[in-house]
Amino acid sequence: MTLLRIRNLSVDFATATGKFRAVDGVDQDVNNSEILAIVGESGSGKSVSMLAVMGLLPWTATVTADELSFDGHDLLTMDQRARRKIVGNDLAMIFQEPMSSLNPCFTVGWQIREALRVHLGMGRRERQARAIELFEQVGIPDPEKRLSAFPHQMSGGMNQRVMIAMAIACKPKLLIADEPTTALDVTIQAQILDLLASLRDETGMGLVLITHDMGVVAETAERVSVQYAGQKIEEQPVVPLFETPHHPYTSALLDALPERATEKRLPTIPGVVPGQFDRPAGCLFSPRCKFANAKCKAETPLALGSDLGYARCFYPLNSDERAAS
Amino acid sequence: MTDPVMTATALERHYQVGGGLFRAPRTLKAVGGLDFALYPGKTLAVVGESGCGKSTLARMVTMIEEPTAGTLLLDGKPVVRDDWASLRTSVQIVFQDPYGSLNPRQRVGMILEEPLKINRPEMSAKERTEKAREMLGMVGLRPEHFDRYPHMFSGGQRQRIAIARALMLDPKVLVLDEPVSALDLSIQSSVLNLLVDLQERMQLAYLFISHDLSVVRHVADEVIVMYLGRGVEKGSRDELFAAPFHPYTKALLSATPQADPRKTKERIKLDGELPSPLAIPQGCPFAPRCWKVQDKCRTTRPELSDEAHTAACFFPENGGTPA
Repeated sequence: MTLLRIRNLSVDFATATGKFRAVDGVDQDVNNSEILAIVGESGSGKSVSMLAVMGLLPWTATVTADELSFDGHDLLTMDQRARRKIVGNDLAMIFQEPMSSLNPCFTVGWQIREALRVHLGMGRRERQARAIELFEQVGIPDPEKRLSAFPHQMSGGMNQRVMIAMAIACKPKLLIADEPTTALDVTIQAQILDLLASLRDETGMGLVLITHDMGVVAETAERVSVQYAGQKIEEQPVVPLFETPHHPYTSALLDALPERATEKRLPTIPGVVPGQFDRPAGCLFSPRCKFANAKCKAETPLALGSDLGYARCFYPLNSDERAAS
Repeated sequence: MTDPVMTATALERHYQVGGGLFRAPRTLKAVGGLDFALYPGKTLAVVGESGCGKSTLARMVTMIEEPTAGTLLLDGKPVVRDDWASLRTSVQIVFQDPYGSLNPRQRVGMILEEPLKINRPEMSAKERTEKAREMLGMVGLRPEHFDRYPHMFSGGQRQRIAIARALMLDPKVLVLDEPVSALDLSIQSSVLNLLVDLQERMQLAYLFISHDLSVVRHVADEVIVMYLGRGVEKGSRDELFAAPFHPYTKALLSATPQADPRKTKERIKLDGELPSPLAIPQGCPFAPRCWKVQDKCRTTRPELSDEAHTAACFFPENGGTPA
């Protein structure tokens, strides 16, 4: 069942120098109990599109979409009060920096119990019991003692577990994890990723994993959506994405991984991600693409069919036509 | 084999923390007894998790901090505090964050010329500019970038500027403290290529500090794995990655995500986290998290041997010699 349905989502920011389109016509579905990864470089709009779903963007942002619905609710027309009931409850998010997302003035126990009080209206004793249960679930040793610790008294990995415990406190249907392990060490990263996957198995929630790490994607995700400069340029299940990418950007990105290198010099992608002032006409990747021709630089490619991974490209790679020609 | 540019023997750095009128300060052993050598044209990578002493090591090598014990030899000469000013020119560093390490009020040309102004006072302004422009070309930036400010550049370009600045004084040793971890994947590869090129051309010795094993595997010749301020395994890149001896190295390798969805590998799950460096376990520092731990590990500390590939472990994996 489709839990989250996004059609033609765009987000514009009003900046001092004019409008900046951070997300440009993104379509995305997330189903129950699946792990979808959104990958892209910084500035590709992967976080902003999910913040738009959460309704956490600042007032300078204008969100437009043909459809933005979550579990039967229309998030576009919904008023703030009703939305507040869903966000943090059925729809939860984990942020990248656990140290700066927790309030340093309150104990972590207070912060986790607040979510339970606001959304579930539990009594004091019930809240405490649930908080301990949650800490156990995310693997925090000695939960009763840790509940009265302040964020600065714990390590990054522990704080990230607190964030996860807080996010899953109300048994969300969809959990959005925005770079949940980027600030952590690899051994802790492995623990956190295993934890998220096992929570998904237990509760059947949908999980959206925003990341830039191809290794994390390969090991955790089931379906992958690749974003570039605000556009979704490809979406495929994880195995075909790594084996037969259709968009030249995906392919170039995979080639640039040091672990795939066969010689001392790595293949590179020339140029940089376009910013506010140097957005090219036509395909956004055309200035950096080695296959680009005049058509790519003039016309904007539309997303292709599902057999070609919805690639936004006139000349998709690994397609039958290309093999025939 | 050529002589090493830099040799460190039993390098240590301890800090005194806390303490007050009635409380004795405690000793934090950030780096405890590390041996290594840097060779021209070769890369020594130091890997480990946060808090293992990687950055303290970088600060000692670049003479920002003085080791509390042990010796550091640069070109056969001991590094002592009195000579720091003259020796620093041959050891330079590139920091992790290219957004924080460049002065936003200086133009690129100024940034590059400053080291010369201070350390080569005999050079004329014209020579300095010439040298800075030449360096700009060497790191793959265009001549028109000379008069721009850092904010006008992307992360990858800034890192190139930082590298250029580090090379202005023709150093022999370049310390790279997580040089690519703040960069996007598509930019990362081009900066790594630049580093490879520069090393070949200038025969630089790199001390490459990183937590990203896939990057280390690509650039390193020799690797030291650090845990709680001590080297737990040392070896050539190929040997260490193919058959790690120390259980920690093995766990670290298995925890590193690989970009291959078909590979189902069994991940070694480490329980717990790095112990506080204020309370390093008495025996093997890794003992509390190790799955092969025995009584001996808790009481006696294993040390690295002099072999090329060695691990500080009594019960090594993959047929290593026990310490």
